[in-house]
Amino acid sequence: MLQARDAAAFQQLAREELAGMYALARRLAGQDAEDLVQEALLRACRSFASLRDRQAGGQWLRVILTNVWRDRLRKVAREPAEVSVDDVECFSLYRTLVEEDPFPYSDSLHLDFLGGFSEDDVHAVLGRLPARYRAPLVLRYVEGFPTKQIARTLALPLGTVLSQLHRGRKLFERALWDYAVESGALVGPGSPQEDAPWIG
Amino acid sequence: MDRVISCAEAVDRLWEFLDHGLDHHDHRAVEKHLAFCVRCCGELEFARQLRCLLGTQTAALPADVEVRLAQFIERLTDSAATEGTA
Repeated sequence: MLQARDAAAFQQLAREELAGMYALARRLAGQDAEDLVQEALLRACRSFASLRDRQAGGQWLRVILTNVWRDRLRKVAREPAEVSVDDVECFSLYRTLVEEDPFPYSDSLHLDFLGGFSEDDVHAVLGRLPARYRAPLVLRYVEGFPTKQIARTLALPLGTVLSQLHRGRKLFERALWDYAVESGALVGPGSPQEDAPWIG
Repeated sequence: MDRVISCAEAVDRLWEFLDHGLDHHDHRAVEKHLAFCVRCCGELEFARQLRCLLGTQTAALPADVEVRLAQFIERLTDSAATEGTA
């Protein structure tokens, strides 16, 4: 399957990219991340000889991982329903913060709001998004894939990816707000908890 | 001549604007709108911060997971190399 020299090169590449692969898998698949990485490594090992540009090995592995995740998603039952995004189309987190004013004494309301989210919080918020919207967001803004490459990787028309990115951003904003509200962290004016840390 | 767009149109395109994903005319229209609209400039800065928040990733790999995956890679490459020489 692999010559000894290729096997050593694959092992080195896989070890170097392990943390990045796991982080992407965690964003895409949550608790199944480790399993997803294993399957991606298995698939990558089988086709390692076809990798011409070894310098692009990291991105090659990430594309394979995304493909494995996409294939898995197709096998399992469809997502519960086509999520209605009509109600989030008009949602603006920026305006909501101005209107609700959760930090009345803050001079930097919007930055204070975002500053309350840890990486785990962002992970949890992303996990609330339907996979079809989460994946393009992760590939674009975490992995830095160009939109055309996202379309190729997810085997979707470019227009669909652009639309999913647009809706995904809206859903992300809405989910951030809902997460903050549900965590009981947004403190209204005059509240005794006004000075309390609001997330975490 | 550049098209004049409303705040709603400008805000709707801020992420694409930051991503350089708009065509030349739309990019220019948003740019011109931002030149005179302070409120939308605030939204632009917020969109920029949101993108940063979304991209936050420390790529921490738990030690136990790292050990298991490293062992998996070793087994995988040993097996592949054995097949390759057979």
